[in-house]
Amino acid sequence: MSLDKATVARIAALARLRIAETELDALTGDLSKIVDWVERLDEVDTENVAPMTSVAKMALPRRADAVTDGGIRDKVLANAPLTEDGYFVVPKVIE
Amino acid sequence: MSDPTDLTLAEARDSLAAGALSAAELTEAHIRAVERARPLNAFITETPDLALDQARAADARRAKGDGRALDGLPIAIKDLFCTEGVATTAASHILNGFVPPYESTVTANLLGAGAVTLGKANLDEFAMGSSNETSYYGPVENPWRRKSDNRALVPGGSSGGSAAAVAARAALAAIGTDTGGSIRQPAAFCGIVGLKPTYGRCSRWGIVAFASSLDQAGPMTRTVRDAALLLTHMAGHDPKDSTSAPMAAPDFEAEMAGSVRGLRIGIPKEYRVDGMDGEISALWEKGAAWLRAAGAEIVEIKLPHTDYALPAYYIIAPAEASANLARYDGVRYALREQGEDLAAMYANTRGSGFGAEVRRRILIGTYVLSAGYYDAYYLKAQRVRSLIARDFETAFETVDAILTPTAPSAAFAAGEKSDDPIAMYLNDVLTVPASLAGLPGISVPGGLSADGLPLGLQVLGKPFDEATVLRVAGALEEAAGFDARPAFVAGGGA
Repeated sequence: MSLDKATVARIAALARLRIAETELDALTGDLSKIVDWVERLDEVDTENVAPMTSVAKMALPRRADAVTDGGIRDKVLANAPLTEDGYFVVPKVIE
Repeated sequence: MSDPTDLTLAEARDSLAAGALSAAELTEAHIRAVERARPLNAFITETPDLALDQARAADARRAKGDGRALDGLPIAIKDLFCTEGVATTAASHILNGFVPPYESTVTANLLGAGAVTLGKANLDEFAMGSSNETSYYGPVENPWRRKSDNRALVPGGSSGGSAAAVAARAALAAIGTDTGGSIRQPAAFCGIVGLKPTYGRCSRWGIVAFASSLDQAGPMTRTVRDAALLLTHMAGHDPKDSTSAPMAAPDFEAEMAGSVRGLRIGIPKEYRVDGMDGEISALWEKGAAWLRAAGAEIVEIKLPHTDYALPAYYIIAPAEASANLARYDGVRYALREQGEDLAAMYANTRGSGFGAEVRRRILIGTYVLSAGYYDAYYLKAQRVRSLIARDFETAFETVDAILTPTAPSAAFAAGEKSDDPIAMYLNDVLTVPASLAGLPGISVPGGLSADGLPLGLQVLGKPFDEATVLRVAGALEEAAGFDARPAFVAGGGA
């Protein structure tokens, strides 16, 4: 297996995903199978091939550096689970 | 006259224009059909009141002589498009209660053209799946059944609710999104037409993001003409999406007209993948014969890197997904699960808000982007992607379009592949290469399997040449004469 449980637990922590200890074995198996399978790409010679950076062959458009939007605080906050006085509320971050 | 739910989108438009039918009547018939279609679970949210208001407004406009292009035509919206004031779930628990304060560009374009929206169609969670079994709101059932048994079949995915609704006559048409085949494969499984336009043709603004370099909106309809009609009113430049192509949408219905005589159609031998049903190979040959009979020239072509498209896709798409889905943090949207500190709140919210397949993909994506692995996986996949795109460019120097099957099998039974992620991923083996290259592709029903299930043919085209794709698909449609109906039809009757 290309991935072990410790690696999966580390990735889950990076991805901010709580994974129950009981799920870890099955998940490690699934992810290992997927990683082993995608490693078939090693068969392809990509020496001197640039990675694709843009699907459509077009330059990114530019725009004037000007304020074109805003003043919609209530809309921005409308779907938040917890707000107060026009702010998002999160658990205490600083002791 | 025939039941209005049996009309094509273009026929319904013409009936409304001729005054043979009102938008309110047409919409009421579809609202009843949506209710009767509930056993399919094709909709997450039904919006009958909104639909009736829109229909009455369309009738009022028409009475004043200023009817619009899609005025009064009821359609279904994949629940991945943000719709102002209407819950948008992406079929995920993590978006529980989310009501967008804005409208996606594509749905805004359709509403501007007068379309009536029946509701939000079910899908795989965050569009990640090929069978519509990963939806938090439960699986969608395919309205088709095998002749040999009565088991429920999957509609394909991820736009499975959209496909099932159109096939069952619960909507005249629907819109879906396609990242690796999510419009074309369900269209094939449900016996309808599904078009993935060129990357950049339709704005992605307001579509819940899965893999931003691949996602593209498109029409799902019962005829090729209807796909052309709907796409015309979805597409167009949008400054709010920096990858939106700076060109106006042509009138695809007019552009698709004409014969395929003299067109060169490529047949890539690499698409004869292991495990393809014999019936599908036979249909593919039949499709080539139909086009030859219509005057096209059939040419064998090579797409040498086809075999590597799927593994490249399953690095790139999860990588982009892991970045896009970072925004679901329990702070700005919908669901929050408490935790002793901020990090625990994030992890708890995301751990319980995302389903198994989404979590798998976030983890794969995080892994391939993590320090020390980025070059080996992500950059490698993007290099292979360049080679796949180059294969198509070379092929399109000698051909005008490419013909392949859409999927390696007909619709399968619920639960049949849900335990093995890679078996599920293989559904997209024939659709993913064009997605990686950003090319337009369409699935059109070609016939039925011996067991009575629809099979799809896929036509791929050059960038921004949907017109040729539609024209070739139209020739296939005409030759196939596909008029079979699914076992379950929701429309019709009083």
